[in-house]
Formats: sequence, structure tokens, C-alpha cells
Amino acid sequence: MSYLFNTPEDQRAMLESIGVGSIDELFAQLVPDEARLHRELEIPPAMSELELTAQMQSLAAKNTACSSRPCFLGGGAYDHFIPAAVDALASRGEFFTSYTPYQPEVSQGNLTVTFEYQTFITRLTGMDVANASLYDGATAATEAALMCLEATGRRGRVVVAGSVHPEYRQTLQTYLACLGVELVTVGALDGTVSAAEVAAACNDQTACVLVQQPNFFGCLEDVEAIGMAAHEAGAMFVVSVDPISLGILKKPSEYGADIVTAEGQSLGNPLHYGGPYLGIIACKSEFVRRMPGRIAGQTVDRRGKRCWVLTLQTREQHIRREKATSNICTNQGLFALRATIYLSLLGPHGLRETAELCARKSHYARSLLSTGTRFSSAFAAPTFKEFVVRDNAGAVEQLLADAEQEGYFAGIALGRWYPELADCFLVCVTEKRTRAEIEGLASVLTSSPAGLTAELANHHA
Amino acid sequence: MRNTRALSPIFELSAPGRRGATLPASDVPYAALDDILPADARAHALPDLPEVAEPDVVRHYTCISQLNMSVDTHFYPLGSCTMKYNPKRNERLASLPGLLDLHPYQSETSHQGMLQLLFELQQMLAEIAGLHVVSLQPAAGAHGELAALMTAAAYFRDRGENRTKVLAPDSAHGTNPASAAVAGFDAVTVRSTPEGYVDLDDLKSKLDDQFAVFMITNPSTLGMFEKNIRPIADMVHAAGGLLYLDGANMNAILGISRPGDFGADMMHYNPHKTFSGPHGGGGPGAGPIAVREMLGPYLPAPLVAFDGVRYRLDYDRPKSIGRVRSFFGNVGVLVRAYCYIRTYGAKGLREVSENAVLNANYLLSKVKHIFPVPQGERCMHEFVATASKIKAERGVSAMDIAKRLLDYGFHAPTVYFPSTVKESMMMEPTETESKETLDAFANALFRITEESPDLLHEAPHSTGVSRPDEVKAARQPQTSWPKA
Amino acid sequence: MQPEQLKFAKTHEWLHLDPATKTATVGLSAFALEALTDLVYVELPKVGVKVSPGQSFGEIESVKAVSDIYSPVSGEITASHGELADHLDKLKSDPYGEGWLVKIKLADEAGLGELLSYGDYQKQCAEEQH
Repeated sequence: MSYLFNTPEDQRAMLESIGVGSIDELFAQLVPDEARLHRELEIPPAMSELELTAQMQSLAAKNTACSSRPCFLGGGAYDHFIPAAVDALASRGEFFTSYTPYQPEVSQGNLTVTFEYQTFITRLTGMDVANASLYDGATAATEAALMCLEATGRRGRVVVAGSVHPEYRQTLQTYLACLGVELVTVGALDGTVSAAEVAAACNDQTACVLVQQPNFFGCLEDVEAIGMAAHEAGAMFVVSVDPISLGILKKPSEYGADIVTAEGQSLGNPLHYGGPYLGIIACKSEFVRRMPGRIAGQTVDRRGKRCWVLTLQTREQHIRREKATSNICTNQGLFALRATIYLSLLGPHGLRETAELCARKSHYARSLLSTGTRFSSAFAAPTFKEFVVRDNAGAVEQLLADAEQEGYFAGIALGRWYPELADCFLVCVTEKRTRAEIEGLASVLTSSPAGLTAELANHHA
Repeated sequence: MRNTRALSPIFELSAPGRRGATLPASDVPYAALDDILPADARAHALPDLPEVAEPDVVRHYTCISQLNMSVDTHFYPLGSCTMKYNPKRNERLASLPGLLDLHPYQSETSHQGMLQLLFELQQMLAEIAGLHVVSLQPAAGAHGELAALMTAAAYFRDRGENRTKVLAPDSAHGTNPASAAVAGFDAVTVRSTPEGYVDLDDLKSKLDDQFAVFMITNPSTLGMFEKNIRPIADMVHAAGGLLYLDGANMNAILGISRPGDFGADMMHYNPHKTFSGPHGGGGPGAGPIAVREMLGPYLPAPLVAFDGVRYRLDYDRPKSIGRVRSFFGNVGVLVRAYCYIRTYGAKGLREVSENAVLNANYLLSKVKHIFPVPQGERCMHEFVATASKIKAERGVSAMDIAKRLLDYGFHAPTVYFPSTVKESMMMEPTETESKETLDAFANALFRITEESPDLLHEAPHSTGVSRPDEVKAARQPQTSWPKA
Repeated sequence: MQPEQLKFAKTHEWLHLDPATKTATVGLSAFALEALTDLVYVELPKVGVKVSPGQSFGEIESVKAVSDIYSPVSGEITASHGELADHLDKLKSDPYGEGWLVKIKLADEAGLGELLSYGDYQKQCAEEQH
């Protein structure tokens, strides 16, 4: 095998040094016979690189890459532009094949990146401290809620907006159920939640209120009022954001967020069918000792030279064990690196322009898809890069399947999460979509016969 | 030849007006921004990011990457982390657009190849584990532990049993008790014997009617195969509990011993370790879990199902604990694991473990004369040596030795874990190292023992920075670059 | 304050009782602080928190270890030495004076009987070192 070194001659010399006759004898001394597998694993035989390449290409060929056609899918995973330098730099073996900086003297590359990443995140969110990253947007939001339980000492309830990503809410539910904490969901019938309803959902045992900005439907929430409602109830205010939106929208610190979380996939990371992604979390300094995960800090070495090191490690599971703030051990270092390189390349103007292009293009798409009789905008609230379209013919599944046949990934049906929105779908327009693609989408959707009787279809034609 | 300017944090390279990326102008009909996003929701200023040109970005990240040790550049015997070679072919193949550019919500018909890959991976992981049902959802080993414990909790709840305690040996990784706590269990510690085996009497005394799960790492953190694993499994099952296997050390037993066969009811894999996913400076990992049939209904949904014709995501699992994260899982890591398993095949996987164990025992045979290995003459894929003798005699600590190894061009072993061995140095060479490398490493260890303590206390001497002041870092945490 | 004037808990806290106000001042022994090395943080309870003997009311951290601080007695926290977090040196330079942690208004006598004299505490520490 190409990754192994030991020749029969090596093996003989090594066995002699160990003092056993054979590898089998070695295992016989180590593993009780009753625990040994006395047959070969039922796994297909080995493949050379050529054979494996053919196998993987044949699997890949059975998929339609969304880079091969106009993609209007979003819902927490986004097709944004990734500059070539991100791939080139992040694939350097020195980053790619290193590990957690347990030996800081030979990990200053990774530690510098983590420090830069933390700085970018704190500056974008307006928070005081960011960690080195968590798994994804859903677990970041969940960890934030767990932080709030500890920080407030209120362990009765978490209030979440129904307009938060359904899979984030499901994750939160899974975790909170284990701890006996109630999850109360505030409905978002108009696409956003009302601050009054949030206030009504809070009691004196509510640890936090969690909203998403822009929310799962792409709508802007009245975050200022919701934050005030949370704080008036003595609860903390947690906001899950789209980091690209921070190129144009207010920082969460400006509307009172105590903890900010995000899915960082948008920042230079590939879609990869949902993961690995990048869980972003940042908080006000008063909560830093409750923050899970790794944190890099600046210090000096013995010669007084500036350097970086993992710090505040006593929060972590390897020291605190069952009393740790979280069980999290790894981070998503590689994807934090990609996000750092991405933000370095974009800079203030690039991020602003990206956000503005998303807003402008999706605004145009939204207007095209709400002018005719077939489609309307489901919600009136302003939107950033996604919006919900109602199909007045009520044939969303067929409509999207037809559009796919025509070469468009047109949107995401919402019925599976929101039965009341079974006639609606979510459309996402990033900076990568062109006017021609947007108009093509509108044309394909508008001309779809799905859900219409033959007569109506003819009438439309 | 060090480029000190490029090594400065990116903020020091910033100059107003520079940029590293340009975007196209808007091609859609103009609308006033106020008509798109209300003014009171918008930022008053540009985002506070550095302004750097692309060549500066490239030089900066290239130069700082060279401050890292990595598997591609150095021997990295970091015990319990399985720092094996990361095959380049896997990187190329995982980046095929048909695998990389897939959206998690695109239609099932448009990604049958990905679903097939994931389905086959579920099957292969079940076979290697000797267990029946696999969930690929968890994002890391610790996340897999947590998901499995939640699965166990749901199983007991469904059976009307109120079991609240999760046991783990004192030598276990800190994630075990931490996961137990997050899953809502009380974590209870079980003693180990000096040889690193489970203290059966202590275990027995803790198997009461509140007992739910015993989390065991086998092979253990000391690199020993638990010789009493069958009796332990029988005791656990007789008490009505479940045996959980922390699969951190699966690299030692692929095709040699299967957790399901020796009595484990559930386990997690660390595919980024066992199946060569690059560690990426701290992640991503993945944490697939495999369980016995009766626990399958409680696993996180969805799983990939196959009806003989089409692959689909099976969400119809009413007893499932629900989600533990968004989307399917850490697919990028899973695709690499698939490539790795297919590359080796059944025979090859066994050879992986045979050579991992051979290399570790060979290194042990070379090291034991320099640093005692309390666990004895044999090990699985890793072993724990101690520097307590040289510490007592000359004041040289395991940390001093670890730091000095960096000067010799080797990454250090894991030090001070497990805490059950004083001045511990946990060494895991992996199968992807040559005898020459192991000889050179043992030789470096020997030479270090002959060096003056003063030299060792101040090591490393050849790295860009010497030992950081961790007390200063923790007392006055500075975790981001100060604003201009 | 001299250690001979104080009582000690087995878990290394010292206590000085003012019989007039029934208020105990509590700190950590020099032995414990020496063993912790490189202190980086101390977390103390808020005023008003109720404590009982053996209950953890705070934590003290070094770079790579964290230890609970236990209440030797039962009562309510009436003062918490918050400034310590910024002046950790005081803990080691004056553990029995400026390094005090909290003041506890006693609810009852619980726990008092368990406390050791300085001499007995020193014997316990000597045993722990072996």
C-alpha cells in the first residue's frame, strides 16, 4: 500500500527488537482470542488511485453540481463567490495537516490565524470576544443558549422565534430536552415575530431569547424591540446572523445582543452537501468564562517577543470534565482559516459590495416574482438575500421539479417545516447570480404548467 | 530568510485603498437602497476589516503557514490524535464539483451519487464496528458521544427506565464526562488499575439500578486492549445498562477486533483520525455513531435509506432524538473516509492496524530504555512513557523534553495526559512512518537525556518563538487585535 | 492575621469568626495557594447567596487547573472580595489578610465543629505531601 513503509525486512528487524516472532503473535499477546475477528471484513477489495478516481468520478457523475447551473437555493447554505486564493492558501499542508496548537512554539501559524479570525468576528459583530469556532450555525446557537442557562442561573425556559432556521430549532430542542429546559417558540405568521409576543412568552425562568437576523425567510426582524423585550424580562438576547449581511446591516451590538452566533459557511467555504461548516460565536466580555471551545490570546514569549497561545483553557472539557461549559473539543480550524483569508481578501469594500449585490439582486428577483398573478411575495417585511414566494396555484413541489428539469435549482419548498406555508418556497439570490439567470428563473417559473388545469395553462400560454 | 513583515498580523499590513478582491457591478435595474433595506437597519460605516492587496494576503498566509509543524512536514507522534498521513488523492477526489458543489437542500434525484456514497459508508462503518445501524450526522468525536448518549437516554425513556448515571474510567478523555453532563446524566468515575485496565471491583460497585451507560475507550488511552472486555460487557448488560465504546483508538483494531463482537452496544468513530481526514489545525472532524439494532430507531435523523433502486433521506423515524446539528453531517470528512476505506479494502485495513501496532511496539522497545513505560513491554497503537525518573534526578520535566524535541525537528508527544501517569508522554507513531523515522526519534530522545537541564528548561531554541507566557495570556486576556 | 488565630477546613479554607457579629471571614490557606501555582482567576459569589458547609461557592483557577472553593459554614454571603480578581498577587502575599475571599453571616453552628486548628491542619498538609 502506498502509505505504508514497512518492508518484510523492516518488519523482521522490528519484531526482533520487540521480541516476538510475528505480528500475529504480537496481537495474540494483546487481544484476547474471544475478542478477535476470525474472518476478513466484508468490505470491497482495495483500489489503486486510478480505480478509486474512476469510482469517485462515477459517483460524482450521478450528482448535479449546483455550480453547473443557476442555483437559487439558500436556507442556511449559500453559493457565494470564493476567490481562488482562499483555496490555494487553505490547501497548504502546513495548515491542512496540522492539529490543535498544543505546542504553541510550532503552531504560531494557526494561532495567528485564529487570533485574526477572532478579531474579524468581534469587529463584524461588535462583540468583545469570539472563540476559535464551533461546528456549525445550529450548534453555535444551541451552545449560546446553554451559555445563557449558566450565566443567568435561569434553567426553566428558552424562547425562540419561529422564524429561526427550523434545523437550528430542532437542534436546540434535542439539547434542551436532555436538560429538562422548555423551548417556547413564538410564531412568525407574517414572516417575523412581534416583540410583544416575545415579551409574553418570557417568564422569570427564561434564560434567553433567540432570533435570527435576517431570519430563515430572509426577512428583517425588529431586533431592537425584541432585544428590549428580552432584557426587560431579565433574559439574555442571542442573535444568529448571516455574516455576509454584516457588510450592510447594523452590528448586533448596536441592538443589544449579548451573544451573537452565525453559520460561517458563507465566508469562503464550499457547500459540500451541508458540512463541514463553521460555527461562529461571539459574546460580551462578561460572559467569556462561559464560552465553549478554544480561544487564542496574545502574550509574549520568554524573550519578550509577541506571540499567541490558547488561553482560558480552564473552561474546557479536558480540565473541567463533567463541569465543563460544553463537551466541545475540536473546532473548525480549517474553515475559520478560509473565512479569515476570505475576509482579508474582500476587505471592507468587498464585503459591503457583496452584501449590497445580494440585496439588490434579490430585490430585483423578488419584484419579478411578485408582479404577475401566479406568484406573490408571502411576507411584506424587507428582505436581505432571500425571500418567500407564494405559489397561488399551490403546486410548489411540481413547480420546483419542473424548474429543475429546465436547468434551475429554483428554491426550497417550505411545507416540510411549515405546513401553513405548503404553498410557499424560499428563493436565495447571491452576488453570483446574473440578471440573465434571475430573469431566466422568473420566466421558467412563470411559464410552468404545474398545478394549473390544461385550460388555465393554455390561457397562461 | 524569514520574511518578518509578512509574518505580522494582517492588520499591520493594511493600507487604506487597497483591496484583494473585486466584484462585478450590479447588472439589475437600479433601485434606491432605502427602498430595499430600511435605513435604520443598515450599518453607519463600512465593516472594520483590513485593506490588503491579494499578493500581500498570499505572502502573509504562506509565510505564517511555515511557522506550523504538520504531518506533511514533520513526524507528529501526538498520542491519542492519530496524526497519520493524509492522502493527496482524497483531497483531489473530495473536491470533484459533483461532490463538493452540492447544496444540502437540492432534490434527492439530483444527488443520487452522494447518497449512494453515504449509504455505502454507513454499511462499511457498521461492518467494521460489528454493529447494525449508523448515523453519520455528528460533527466530531465528542459530538458523536453526545448524540449516542442522547440516543441511549431515549432508549431507556422509551422502556420506562429511569437511569441517570454514566460511568467512565478515570483515564478517559475529558469529553466523556462532559458529554454525559450535557446529555443530562450524572457522570461517575471508575478507577483504573496501574496497568490501565478497568478496576472490576470498583466498576461492579457502581452498577446499580441508576446505571445507564459505561463509556469505555478500548484500546485504552494507555494503548492497552482491555483484557476483561467480555466480562465487563457481561457485567454491564446484566445490570441492564449499555456499553459505549469511545472509538478514538480504532486505528489499532481495524479488521482485528470489532466492538460489537466484544459487547459494545454503541460507539463513535473519529474518521479524521482513523480514516485519515486532515486535522486542519484543529478541525473539522466528524463523529459517526454505530449502534446495535435495538438502538437504531432513536438515532438522529435522517439516515440514508436504499430500496434497491433509489437512495433517499429517511426522516420518518418517529422515535429519533431529533437533530444534533444542521444538514446531513460533515460530508467533506466522510467523503475522505470513504476514499480511504475503499483504497485499503478489507485486507488493507487490517494491515493498517497491524503496522500501527507494530510501529508503536517497535518505538516502545526503543524508548523503554530511555524512559520507563509503566504499562509494560507491549502496547497497541500507542503507549505512555514517563519522565518521572529524570524529573526526580535532574529536574527535567516531560514538558522540557517535549519542547526540546521540537528543536530536533519532531512534534512532541502528548504530555500530561492521561493524568493517571505522572510526567506522562503519550506516543502514537501511526502506521505511516518508517523504521528510520522511529529510530531517529528514539535517538533524539536519548540525546536529550544527556543534555544539560538548563538547556532543556529553556527549550525550544530553534523555533521562531520560545515558550509563551501563558499566565499573562490568561490573566489579561487579549483575544483580538486592538482597534486603531 | 496570624494563621494560629484561625480555624481551617479539610478542603483548605481558613475561617475567622467575629463572635460579636456572628460573621466569618473566609480565605484560602497558604498551603493551598502554593499548590495551585500561577493563579489567573478567582470567581466569587454575589452578596446574598446562601451557603452551607461543604458547598462550593466559588472557583480558583491556575493556567491549567481549576479548583472549587467550599464554604466551611452555613449562612449568607455578606461581602465578596471582588477586587481580588484584578489583584491576584494579594492572595499569595497576604493569604490571611488582604487575600480574604468572602464574609459569611452565620445562620447556625453547622460546620464549625468540623474545623481544624492550625496545628492539626499542618499535620494534614504534611500527610498530603507524601
